Amino acid sequence: MICASACKMNFKNLREYLAWLYYQYLLITGIYVLEPWEKSIFNSILFSAIAMVIYTSYVFVPIHVRLALEFFSGLFGGQPESTMALMN
Amino acid sequence: MVFIDDLCIGVTALANETTQGRGFRRARVITLHSRRLIHVPLRIPDFVNNIIQVGGSFNCEMSSRSRLTKMTESSANKLLNGDACNRTINEKKSSKNGFVKSHCLFQQPHKYRRTVEKNQNVTPSSSLYKKPFVESFEETPLLVAVLTYMGYGILTIFGYLRDFLRHWNIEKCHVAQEREEQKDFVPLYQDFENFYTRNLYMRIRDNWNRPICSVPGAKIDLVDRVSHNYNWTFEHTGKVVKDVINLGSYNYLGFAENTGACVDASIEVTQKYGVGVGSTRCEMGNMDIHEELEQLVARFLGVESAMTFGMGFATNSMNIPVLTGKGCLILSDELNHASLVLGVRLSGSTIRVFKHNNMQSLEKMLRDAIVHGQPRTHRPWKKILIVVEGIYSMEGSIVRLPEIIALKKRYKAYLYLDEAHSIGALGPNGRGVVDYFDLDSKDVDIMMGTFTKSFGASGGYIGGKKELIDYLRHHSHSALYATSMPPPVVQQIITSMKIIMGEDGTTLGADRIRQLSENTTYFRRKLHDMGFIIYGNDHSPVVPMMLYMPAKIGAFGREMLKRNIGTVVVGFPATPIIESRARFCLSALHTREMLDTALQAISEVGELLQLKYSRHQQPHPSLEWTSEDSQLQD
Repeated sequence: MICASACKMNFKNLREYLAWLYYQYLLITGIYVLEPWEKSIFNSILFSAIAMVIYTSYVFVPIHVRLALEFFSGLFGGQPESTMALMN
Repeated sequence: MVFIDDLCIGVTALANETTQGRGFRRARVITLHSRRLIHVPLRIPDFVNNIIQVGGSFNCEMSSRSRLTKMTESSANKLLNGDACNRTINEKKSSKNGFVKSHCLFQQPHKYRRTVEKNQNVTPSSSLYKKPFVESFEETPLLVAVLTYMGYGILTIFGYLRDFLRHWNIEKCHVAQEREEQKDFVPLYQDFENFYTRNLYMRIRDNWNRPICSVPGAKIDLVDRVSHNYNWTFEHTGKVVKDVINLGSYNYLGFAENTGACVDASIEVTQKYGVGVGSTRCEMGNMDIHEELEQLVARFLGVESAMTFGMGFATNSMNIPVLTGKGCLILSDELNHASLVLGVRLSGSTIRVFKHNNMQSLEKMLRDAIVHGQPRTHRPWKKILIVVEGIYSMEGSIVRLPEIIALKKRYKAYLYLDEAHSIGALGPNGRGVVDYFDLDSKDVDIMMGTFTKSFGASGGYIGGKKELIDYLRHHSHSALYATSMPPPVVQQIITSMKIIMGEDGTTLGADRIRQLSENTTYFRRKLHDMGFIIYGNDHSPVVPMMLYMPAKIGAFGREMLKRNIGTVVVGFPATPIIESRARFCLSALHTREMLDTALQAISEVGELLQLKYSRHQQPHPSLEWTSEDSQLQD
């Protein structure tokens, strides 16, 4: 939806496109009507929250994914192994 | 006035409901009466219907006597009407939420997918409507609704932050506040409307109350103003923004002008009578031009007699209390104007609100009212008055007048029709919504309207039977206490009405009416094709376009003004909180070029702000527009 209408708008360069995206962000969240210092407060809170999310996912998500894979392979892969061992 | 036959119709209604397990004793009473009245709708003679006075309630004995003597008067027409609407109205009982859908098309797919559009095409009761009645109120897209609520949530949080800062005097408070001594009392400014005003309305306030410095015709001049403290105070820069295309004024037939026949006549009359009247209508303020105007209005509307008042708001709010009182029931539409709501509340009658333009809801309320009577005593209601408007200006919808008249005749209620926006703007002869549906104006008991919108003047009128108007002349608060209409305004209305009726010898009136309907069709179709969500009937000159998000309200108004187009944007509390909109009012003076410029700008702003929410199929731009354009030229 954003891309389709953006194509119709004839952006001359990337900077204009980014400015339009920022404008859409202002309109959708309602920040457009606020005074500049309120906009800065909201932007800094949102930016820090997103930064924390990115940092956490960068640091912890691979560890959790590896642990989860080990856990599930232990569940399914471990059973046939033990029964085979028992039979043998 | 609810006679015994109404009670018995109500009792027959109870008969239909006995399967729900009502008392056995009542069932026996039902069989006694139902045989006599079920197929013969009684016709109350006219003279009894005319007199709307707060008399004593009619008791059963007297009515049964009149019933026996008048039983022979059941005319074939009434029978046919009664049966026709009985059939059509009963058919629609099956639909769940009360919308008049076309039966075969919508029942099946409704189960499988969420309907995108609530298209109200009236096919079953086509005997009442002579031309197709197409209204659409497209549903809010879910994502847009969620984002709108999120936007309001964020703004509410910042509102609380600002209120906190104001309370602790960290920032200067520009708003009204209670005095120190009153701080321990119940707070005056804590309800949501005040919170909303302080924290959202003030921030985008530059879109409203813009000062004008020219005649509000098709183009208008605005005073340039600037604010240095975020809209708390404004200053005029001294410049004037010239030739802004005016899509906000109620100027449907273009009589708001400063040259022409109307203006010359008004100047003459001012030189003869002066400007002020200096008295009320009852004392010394009744001039011969007022009498001439009233006869003209009565002739224009097709009623016996009419009366005019100086202010349209006062016409509604001061005259409804005169017509009804305690012991009467008023059924008022959900979206009625503030003047009607005020008048209805001042009257002291019981008020029941039915869903907007929903005939099932209205009929159910009428039946309930007749069956159960007044709340505790169960006496019959003295009068039942249905209050509706011709065109609802926030929705752009037209009232379903044929169905209401059929209902009113069947259940013996009275109808009050407020044609503030529709008089002059609808109908092939410009005579309003009654003309649009090709009905008899004698069916509407009280026809009210204003001269503000289509006649370029101010004031209101009420038309109806002669006894009603004579009663109003003596008892209306507006006639007794308010100053009567100034002579230049009266002459403006007389001249413009004669032009619309064609009595001045030119075809100017007919041309303007035709131009307005062409503009309406063109503008609505183009906006619809561009992909905006437009509410309302296809023939109404009021076009609401949905914006939804709070920031887009302010952005739309400002961007349109940058492109030299003046629009009106509306938010809470005039509309529901997520359904904010921009409202365009078309005029007969808008030329095709002006509309094209406006449409081009609206499309640009729509792309910029991402307002094209509509989810129906959009036609291919190059092919469809040219072919449809050529059809319109014929």
